Amino acid sequence: MTTTEVGTGPSGRTFTPAELVAVRADFPLLGRTVRDGKRLVYLDSAATSQKPQVVLDTEVDFYEQRNAAVHRGAHALAEEATEAFEHARQQVAALVGTDVGEIVWTPGATTGINLVATGIQHATLGRGGEAAERFRVGPGDEILVTEAEHHSNLVPWQELAARTGATLRWIPVGDDGRLDLSGLEAAGGTTGSGAGRADDDGRGGAGLINERTRVVAFAHVSNVTGAVAPVSRIVAAARRVGALTVLDACQSVPHRPVDLHALGVDFAVFSAHKTLGPTGVGALYGRRELLEALPPVTTGGSMVEVVTMEGTTFAPPPLKFEAGTQMVAQAVGFGAAADYLRELGMDAVCAHEAELATELLRIAEIPGVRVIGPATVGTLGQDAGPEAGLPDRVAAVSFVVDGVHAHDVGQVLDDAGIAVRVGHHCAQPLHRRFGIAATARASASVYTTVDEVTAFREALAGVRAFFGAE
Amino acid sequence: MSSLEQMYQQVILDHAKHPVGRGLVAVDADHLHGESHQVNPTCGDEVTLRVDVLPGVDGGPARVAGVSWEGQGCSISQASVSVMTELVSDQPLDEVARLDALFHDLMGSRGKGLDDEGVEDDLGDATAFTGVSKYPARIKCALLGWAALKDSLVRSGASATND
Ligand SMILES: Cc1ncc(COP(=O)(O)O)c(C=O)c1O
Repeated sequence: MTTTEVGTGPSGRTFTPAELVAVRADFPLLGRTVRDGKRLVYLDSAATSQKPQVVLDTEVDFYEQRNAAVHRGAHALAEEATEAFEHARQQVAALVGTDVGEIVWTPGATTGINLVATGIQHATLGRGGEAAERFRVGPGDEILVTEAEHHSNLVPWQELAARTGATLRWIPVGDDGRLDLSGLEAAGGTTGSGAGRADDDGRGGAGLINERTRVVAFAHVSNVTGAVAPVSRIVAAARRVGALTVLDACQSVPHRPVDLHALGVDFAVFSAHKTLGPTGVGALYGRRELLEALPPVTTGGSMVEVVTMEGTTFAPPPLKFEAGTQMVAQAVGFGAAADYLRELGMDAVCAHEAELATELLRIAEIPGVRVIGPATVGTLGQDAGPEAGLPDRVAAVSFVVDGVHAHDVGQVLDDAGIAVRVGHHCAQPLHRRFGIAATARASASVYTTVDEVTAFREALAGVRAFFGAE
Repeated sequence: MSSLEQMYQQVILDHAKHPVGRGLVAVDADHLHGESHQVNPTCGDEVTLRVDVLPGVDGGPARVAGVSWEGQGCSISQASVSVMTELVSDQPLDEVARLDALFHDLMGSRGKGLDDEGVEDDLGDATAFTGVSKYPARIKCALLGWAALKDSLVRSGASATND
């Protein structure tokens, strides 16, 4: 059930050339040159996106015209600042199809995941009383992640398991870079082929999602392979056993229509800085009843109702999770970024980037270049529920070049003004899965052009010759 | 020469392709030895380095008898270990410490090299890394092997501190 319409673009329509020129003109940084006057080709948007002028202006305007402490003080500025801050919450909620009260400001996705994991730990310690009992985990319980996770959606769950005695298990990744769901549920008869468990007892019989599963945390889109996870299938399986779902939507929200209510996840996180917005702010979505029941993690000023020397009652969510002075100007800038994307239309953004993904994937035609992740852009089928018809991968393409280390690949591209990411992209287990230490990754955003991808492919084609690798 | 060519000097590419000292070798029982594993967490480059130290006789200085290593990573990190292996082999420990300090100075020179050319000559092939020092993100790569050497010398008991 959607409470707010997601996206405004006509379905399947991409940008016209003139529209794309106009979009690029909105991003001042794209006009600069690098490395002795070379035009910048920015293909590192999966790490962080560039920001449109309207986001910069909104932040400056907040400081120049509205700056004041929010949610306190009765003066005119305090009112205006609070209004801007809460309006931004609406703008972000509208981007992802949730109610406004279900959006909690966080410093970023990483902090959002830690908030949920640590909140669960506090519930396990008895905080939050009866209402929070549903969150408790302990020995014998299982937390399920995937082998494809960003460290930010892996380490907090390892920590939760270590602190509570629960067992961490994971969905393995297949050779095609997609999640291998063959062992997801016991009903199918097959148990997890290679599915992992920290204290693996071999073929336990139960599927990866079983009666003991309490939490299933996974990325909507992998920041390495660009593959879209089968959210509907995983959510349905988790629901059958009453497990909580936590979606890392960092790499989906900036690039495709995302309707969190329709997806049916319990929690989700994403970061403004990857979504055309400022650094220092992100959002945690939680279904209202869950946010009401989850104990707070950071406590102190602003998140309280009544404080006595003996104890404290907490404000209702989302404020309960927003202790201390918030990143107000950044949140307001995030709101502007969300509106900017909605005005472009997430359908159009998605269609534009699907074209770029196809162009990026053509690097596989270059001798010695191997893509890590799905080789083509397909379309999600009916079993994808609300995502049916959307592309099954995004325009983030990781690759290796035979005989040349990723770092050296990145350096040669940089010399041509082309910015790509090199390393393990905060996903060491996934790289280990493919037996490689590092990859290079090219990733696109709303402002990326086919022309830029062509320049990238041409520069990449010269890399092996430069290093004499033939 | 472009900045890129200054960085990837032929000497560096050659060392990366045909590294010196690669493959760990056993150390004589009557020598001191130390081993160190270093990683660059941002890119996953790693090196395991073993140093073989010949204790000083009759009050003479201890010397590096040999260096052997295993590693994987970018051409800069691998070539740097290789060049270093050549440079420090058979040198007394105080000279190794001086070369280490010189190489660190070179890496801090932002592409300018060292002022004193005579001193720079002492670094031999390692001066080829001058171009690397223009790229802050790559300096760590060039220093990985040197960090492993310093640590393994401390572990061998031959050198006292690891600052
Ligand atoms: C899939 C994924 N999850 C989590 C994160 C962490 O986001 P942040 O660093 O903004 O907290 C990232 C960003 O690198 C990401 O790509």
